[in-house]
Amino acid sequence: MKLKDKLIQAYKDGATRGLSFEAEREKYIQQLEEMGFPTIKDEEWKYTNLLPILKNDYQLSESLSEVTAQSLEEYILTDTDTHLVVFVNGQYSEELSSVDDEHACICSLAEAEVKKPEILKKYWGSCLPENPDSLVALNSALSNNGTFIYVPKNKVIENPIQIVYITNDVSADLFLQTRNLIVVEENAQAQITERHQNFDGKEVFTNALTEINAAANSIVDFYKIQNDKRSCTLIDNTWVNQEKTSNCTVDTFSFGGKFIRNNLSFLLNGEYAESNMRGITLIGQNQLVDHHTLVDHAVPNCQSNELYKGIFDDNAKGVFNGKVMVRPDSQKTNAFQSNNNLLLTDSASIDTKPQLEIYADDVACSHGCTIGQLDDEALFYLRSRGIPFKEAQAMLMYAFANDVLSNVKIPELKEKLNRIIAEKLGVELNIEV
Amino acid sequence: MLEIKDLKASIEGNKILTGINLKVNAGEVHAIMGPNGSGKSTLSSVIAGREEYEIEDGSIDFNGSDIMALSPEERSHKGIFLSFQYPIEIPGVSVSNFLKTSLNESRKAQGLEPMPAGDLLKMMREKMELLEIKKGFLSRSLNQGFSGGEKKRNEIFQMAMLEPKLAILDETDSGLDIDALRIVANGVNKLKSKDNATIVITHYQRLLDYIVPDYVHVLYDGKIVKSGTKELALELEENGYDWIIKEAEGK
Repeated sequence: MKLKDKLIQAYKDGATRGLSFEAEREKYIQQLEEMGFPTIKDEEWKYTNLLPILKNDYQLSESLSEVTAQSLEEYILTDTDTHLVVFVNGQYSEELSSVDDEHACICSLAEAEVKKPEILKKYWGSCLPENPDSLVALNSALSNNGTFIYVPKNKVIENPIQIVYITNDVSADLFLQTRNLIVVEENAQAQITERHQNFDGKEVFTNALTEINAAANSIVDFYKIQNDKRSCTLIDNTWVNQEKTSNCTVDTFSFGGKFIRNNLSFLLNGEYAESNMRGITLIGQNQLVDHHTLVDHAVPNCQSNELYKGIFDDNAKGVFNGKVMVRPDSQKTNAFQSNNNLLLTDSASIDTKPQLEIYADDVACSHGCTIGQLDDEALFYLRSRGIPFKEAQAMLMYAFANDVLSNVKIPELKEKLNRIIAEKLGVELNIEV
Repeated sequence: MLEIKDLKASIEGNKILTGINLKVNAGEVHAIMGPNGSGKSTLSSVIAGREEYEIEDGSIDFNGSDIMALSPEERSHKGIFLSFQYPIEIPGVSVSNFLKTSLNESRKAQGLEPMPAGDLLKMMREKMELLEIKKGFLSRSLNQGFSGGEKKRNEIFQMAMLEPKLAILDETDSGLDIDALRIVANGVNKLKSKDNATIVITHYQRLLDYIVPDYVHVLYDGKIVKSGTKELALELEENGYDWIIKEAEGK
């Protein structure tokens, strides 16, 4: 059976019992049925071919498996006090999670149905468009659990919230629909990290969806650490709604996995709001990372900043598509976008495309993309100071990625990212950036 | 220390060096002068091991062994230092981190342990004083936003840290005002010893008032066409290069 039919069948059988949004889920499954999965004929998927990923015979759910707290340590912040939400094979792990619920409600979506039904009802699906693409529809129809974060008015959650989706000891290749709903109310603040991590080397395909609601004057920082096993595929859909004077950042660090597609969509819905999207992509043999971003300046006086850096080795393939929409009345919009890439070999590639649609006349919008190689002169300079070729290369790549990394506000996370980068580059450099 | 014999080098098919012969002994200061495009910077890059140049003929021996096959970093580890005419800006890598990496890689090549952080800092402080470098300098990104003078001072600071046997100063005087020139020259002079040697590459005689050479060579069209003592530099200052060019072409 084709994957699409299998998913629809599973829905009909009630095999993947979803959350209690029957009417909505019914609409979404119909949308999936009509649209099917995107192909390279779709403009949005022109450079990223999902077809080979869809051919696998995936199972659609798996039971909780044994994972020790110790084996988790490598993948999380351990020296920082945090709230930790852990799922194993799509199931919430009470045992591995540790959450202090004093100032906020941090729990599974299933639990939120009991604890915060009115919030869940109000915000579930609220960031999504009327006619989403089929992957968003699929997640909405079939996801049956995930993470719920609700930060009430005026509360500042000091400790970062870590969300970890682990897969381990699965009996066959697995297709998961993970989902996060984040609601940060007026004047509230939260820092969140998210990671998808496979332990057993099975092919895991995750179609993730995160909704972030940033109310007036709130601050939300969301860090995605994408460093999964080479057998894994991630499609990561992030939808953000921002109200006036809110500040929301989504930073994406893509190092691992074989296939990653990030869809980021920001709606600036209140004046003087600020959106930041940054990313470092550092990939090599047989890896693909695709960043599709959309910022919708629906009201005047907002600012959006995009900064994506990519380093591509071997036959790695990168895609960047940054769409900025400035609506007719959105005067005094500031929208900046920059995508810089280094290709380390002749067989690495990047397709990069800024896409600005500006319908207001008093705006400051800029975009720029660069594709280049490491500067020979700079390499010679470092080597002439006794720094070996590999380390010199690494140093220049650090320098290249530095302005993204320097924005990470959690010190331990910054260190961890530094270590991952050094490991990826095969050097023992400790450069504090 | 350095012996160059009949060195011929080209880049992208253009012959730049057409037969250089040069011998530099420990304790000596050599100045290489010449008009623009004579091959001065190429010579310094080739000695330091820049790979873009194609060596067509000749040899470079350093302390008795052929270094032609060595990488730039290996030459650095052997004690060759090149002060760049245009130092490269590297955002995000601080001066102190760069120096730490540079110094410890050199130590590693010599089979030594990394220098303890305290010792390293002490050494940096001493050398900074020598070059009248201000405190906040170490945490700045390497050469980024540096003035011309700061860049050149930073080059000599690196030289002071690495303590090379042979230092090649490529147009170190360009872009320096007189005060910066004095500080840089003073630093170079203090680092001079009977065991190391310096090659000063310059277009103008000015720097040689401060760093006094034992020998002066004139490079023209990829060859050394005249050698002499420091008086030669003064003669060039007064009469320009034309008479040497005529002399060379008349040969």
